[in-house]
Amino acid sequence: MATNPMQQFEVHKIGPSLSINGIDISFTNSSLFMMISTILIITFFILGTKKVSIVPGKIQILNELVFNFISKMINETVGSDAKPYFPFILTLFIFILTMNMIGLLPYSFTVTSQVIITFFFAIVIFIGVTIVGFAKNGLGFLKIFVPSGIPVFLLPLLVVIEIISFLSRPISLSVRLFANMLAGHTMLKVFGGFVVSLGILGGWLPLSFSVALTALEILVAFLQAYVFAVLSCIYLNDALHMHH
Amino acid sequence: MEVAAAKLIGAGLAAIALGGAGVGIGTIFGNYLSAAIRNPSAAQKQFPTLLLGFALAEATGLFALVIALLILFAF
Repeated sequence: MATNPMQQFEVHKIGPSLSINGIDISFTNSSLFMMISTILIITFFILGTKKVSIVPGKIQILNELVFNFISKMINETVGSDAKPYFPFILTLFIFILTMNMIGLLPYSFTVTSQVIITFFFAIVIFIGVTIVGFAKNGLGFLKIFVPSGIPVFLLPLLVVIEIISFLSRPISLSVRLFANMLAGHTMLKVFGGFVVSLGILGGWLPLSFSVALTALEILVAFLQAYVFAVLSCIYLNDALHMHH
Repeated sequence: MEVAAAKLIGAGLAAIALGGAGVGIGTIFGNYLSAAIRNPSAAQKQFPTLLLGFALAEATGLFALVIALLILFAF
């Protein structure tokens, strides 16, 4: 039993320890839970599209719910010419959502509570959006740093501020998800510890708070996945449709 | 002063930023509520924007948590 609330975030190896040229690539509990999430997602979507009918069965309804949710979100933020990006945003959203949710089960490991993983997600989106912006607009993409309708003497200062805020996008994107997951799961463990230490007589108070906190964490898991996807769509909109 | 004591004080000071986060979240939801009571049918459409605004305001508070953790464990 883990007495330290931070012990749940330790990454340790499962199985043999492999390495290539000194870089450790052994299978860890982090990889295990990423694999479990992937298998769950693939199973969910395969089961929902096996027997497609006009009057849908239960899993097909869920599939269509997820599909419509992301499709509507992309239409609202980017517009309908971003349809090629729909599979990517759907994968991103549902992968982060599943990894967040699985971390709520006892004795499991929250993959998104590792900052390197959320940082990698954010950097891929940042570099992808920048490449899309340059591919679509050429060097005119640099006009994103020059908002329209400002006096000329403010221009140098404002461009510097805009560049800094553009470069802070991957950092804020990754730290938002990471810190939410870290804080939530640490609080869950701390209150769980209170339940055990207060025993039978006083333990019902932190227990009821833990129940409420778990409900909040389920909401936060969904919300953070949604916010990650929405912000990626907004950054994509900045790159695709540059009306400043 | 020893480094360990200074770290603890620094982490405690970093938590002050959560006041700003609380004000921000309260402002967002307060404005949404006062507008929603005036115009309930239009309010339903802005619910995703509300969630986005809440998450962005909450993130600022969580950046303070990250700074506190950095001070405690990385220096």
